[in-house]
Amino acid sequence: MSALLQFERITKRFGGVPVLRDITLALPAGVTLGLVGENGAGKSTLMNILGGNLRPDAGHMTWDGQPYAPSGPADAAAAGIAFVHQELNLFPNLSIAENLFLTRFPRRGRWPVIHRRALAAETNRWLREVGLAAPPDTPVERLSAGERQLVEIARALSSEPRLILFDEPTTSLSDRETRQFFTLLERLRARGLTMIYISHTLEDVLRLSDQVAVLRDGALVAHGPREQFDKDRLVTLMVGRRLDRLFPARQPTGGAARQPTAAEGAGAPGQAAPDSGKPEVASVLPQGVPLLEVRGLTRSGVVHDISFELHAGEVLGLFGLMGAGRSELAQILFGLEPFERGSIRVRGRPLASPQPTRCLREGVAFLTENRHEDGLALEASIADNLALVTLRRHARRGTGWLNRVTLADAVRGIREAVRLTPTARDAAPVRTLSGGNQQKVVLGKWLLAQPPVLILDEPTRGIDVGAKFEIYQLIVQRAEAGAGVLLISSELEELIGLCDRILVMRRGEQVDELRRAEFDRERILRAALHERSAA
Amino acid sequence: MNPARQRAALLALNNVPLALFALALLAFGALAPSFLSPANLLNLLVQASATAIVATGATFVLLTAGVDLSVGAIMFVAAALSGKLLLAQGWSPPWVLAGMVLLSGLYGALNGFLVARLGLIAFIATLGTQYLGRGFGMWLTETRAMNLPESFTQLASLRWLGVPLPVVVAAVVIGLAHGLLMRTPLGRQVYAVGQDAAAARKAGINVPAVLWLVYAACGLCAGLGGAVALAQIGSVAPTFGMNREFSAIAAAVLGGTSLFGGRGRVWPGTAFGAVLIQAVENGLHNLNADPYLYPLVTGGIIFVAVLLDSVRSRLLSALGRRRIRPDEATAANP
Repeated sequence: MSALLQFERITKRFGGVPVLRDITLALPAGVTLGLVGENGAGKSTLMNILGGNLRPDAGHMTWDGQPYAPSGPADAAAAGIAFVHQELNLFPNLSIAENLFLTRFPRRGRWPVIHRRALAAETNRWLREVGLAAPPDTPVERLSAGERQLVEIARALSSEPRLILFDEPTTSLSDRETRQFFTLLERLRARGLTMIYISHTLEDVLRLSDQVAVLRDGALVAHGPREQFDKDRLVTLMVGRRLDRLFPARQPTGGAARQPTAAEGAGAPGQAAPDSGKPEVASVLPQGVPLLEVRGLTRSGVVHDISFELHAGEVLGLFGLMGAGRSELAQILFGLEPFERGSIRVRGRPLASPQPTRCLREGVAFLTENRHEDGLALEASIADNLALVTLRRHARRGTGWLNRVTLADAVRGIREAVRLTPTARDAAPVRTLSGGNQQKVVLGKWLLAQPPVLILDEPTRGIDVGAKFEIYQLIVQRAEAGAGVLLISSELEELIGLCDRILVMRRGEQVDELRRAEFDRERILRAALHERSAA
Repeated sequence: MNPARQRAALLALNNVPLALFALALLAFGALAPSFLSPANLLNLLVQASATAIVATGATFVLLTAGVDLSVGAIMFVAAALSGKLLLAQGWSPPWVLAGMVLLSGLYGALNGFLVARLGLIAFIATLGTQYLGRGFGMWLTETRAMNLPESFTQLASLRWLGVPLPVVVAAVVIGLAHGLLMRTPLGRQVYAVGQDAAAARKAGINVPAVLWLVYAACGLCAGLGGAVALAQIGSVAPTFGMNREFSAIAAAVLGGTSLFGGRGRVWPGTAFGAVLIQAVENGLHNLNADPYLYPLVTGGIIFVAVLLDSVRSRLLSALGRRRIRPDEATAANP
């Protein structure tokens, strides 16, 4: 078998952090490859390199025996590679047909006029193929999420590619649509189309693929025919263990000791076995009023029946795979998105319709997932960013003018506390900082407000190991000072290293909860992976 | 609100402009019987044609989530230059008209260059070219009014098959623009660019080229609309075309074109919007209302239209949000 696509020692780093290490992988023509790995294992990066959105730092690809170095999505399309992404790239204001043929409309002869009958016929052909019964002129915005996914698949097929890549294609499909989609995949496979199938639903990967490849930490840890794998083996391969990661030791019962008034003992980790780094939980039942109490929180289509408590001194982890609803939950808690049923209480007081300003006043802070888009004013100075949340405290009574002296003191204090690089001036734009230092600015901004409840969404994404460790220390310090931290992360290691308890989410539901003594990588990952109940 | 109710609300919102239109006609008809007379209705169409032509151009730009504030100034420059050519150079009206439209198209192309190639924000770029155009026109006319010869103004009273020429021109422009937007690849790509320029680029659309054409088309329409207005008014005053950008944008938005891009149609939307604005003015006139009330009423209507637009786009984004859990919305709601 000759390889249609060959990755040769592909390496990629983001800001010094390696995300792909020496990937060598050959994909023979006509084969379906299942690609699995945890979040952040490097699947998306590898596919972005294939699609021309990213360029590898080292290594190369060959396509059909020729060197292949795409400089953009157009090159990938020209080579005959099509993508069905998890996030939909459709234009909801246009019809199904227009979305399929936006840049290659059938025309009436030489006139630049759309041949509408030909367009409808062509579109119908592909809609039949994917099993979507909708007229081609239906606006995409009238379609359900599952139907839109089918349109996306039809669009990929209509370019008649030689290789098609599916990235979590079934997450928004109903069971019926999924079954239809699988028969379509079988047809395509029988026709000899080469496919790459990425999914967290391991049963599907095993059922649909000829070969399976497992990525972990940017390295290819296994690749072979499907027969060599079963679900247990895949989970074991995916989790592995990272040895280059250090976590600050949690002070046993630290929070409670220093804050005698705070709710006693909360989820504090109890007595530590000195060298295991994984203290035994002294089965302290949470007492007193929790800092954050969530009951039956539901928003249809997003999260379903979420209940938990966050106590003083506790770091509560929230694990789930991409699209499990963790960030969405955090946004609801901070009042950025509405909810339909359930209740949120902060220090015993109900937050009926939370708004970000109200949440802040009640002592809830939220560090967003994307520091560039939501977390920072990139062109503004370091000092301005740090002071943003607490600016009011420095307004002079009466006039409202800012007191520059106390402001500068506060900025200096927090810069030292988060150990921001001393070489950057206060007035320098945040944009000029490294990723790690930028994240310290965001964190510092919230720490200045000293919120009792701190929600952190992926606080260490894309930053180097040293900065990660410093951020871990800040999180632990904050908890030991009596705050409750809700830590959302895709990195299991991080949660296991830092948390007192971990909640696992899957498809908007809370599926498991583990105390520190019970932490078990495989159990967590298994809970987070999609189970296919109906088939 | 659950999705089904959101969809219903959306449908209602989409038809609000039509309801407003019917309401205005009925209200004015009831208050001033002469308003609904055939002569007055035809007069209404004649008065609305210049606005409709300019608003058609504005719709192109709005569809790409841009804005063109310079259309009034374009009308003024073109009018000033044609006055000069008619009076001082003695050109014949057809040549003057051709020159006027050509100049306006080039002016629009300049806007397109600033927005598409230099990447300036449309609001600022066209505000700049608005001042530029006003200044240039003032310099050309030496801020004096010019009365145009009858050879030019008689164009406005010509009829074709009994229909006044301004209405014919407006109908042709609207028809061509509608066909271009709905039936050609370029037209559909305009909608894609307005919905999401980044996604359009990823899909392989030449986004700068689309933007460039859209602003050129807007300038062209401004020139044509200006010519119609000029023939009707018969003189070039320093205030010619003043604030026309607002009535053009208002007509488009009243007709359902979204300021957020990607949504709206020239026919029936913008055409009806233009007639609606004119109907309000005409109706108030028929009622002998205080002329100082006109801007108040028109302003109120524009405000309502823009409010509806933003409510609609919020609903649309709520409907389009990615769902994590399929098939749950219906199951969970008893």
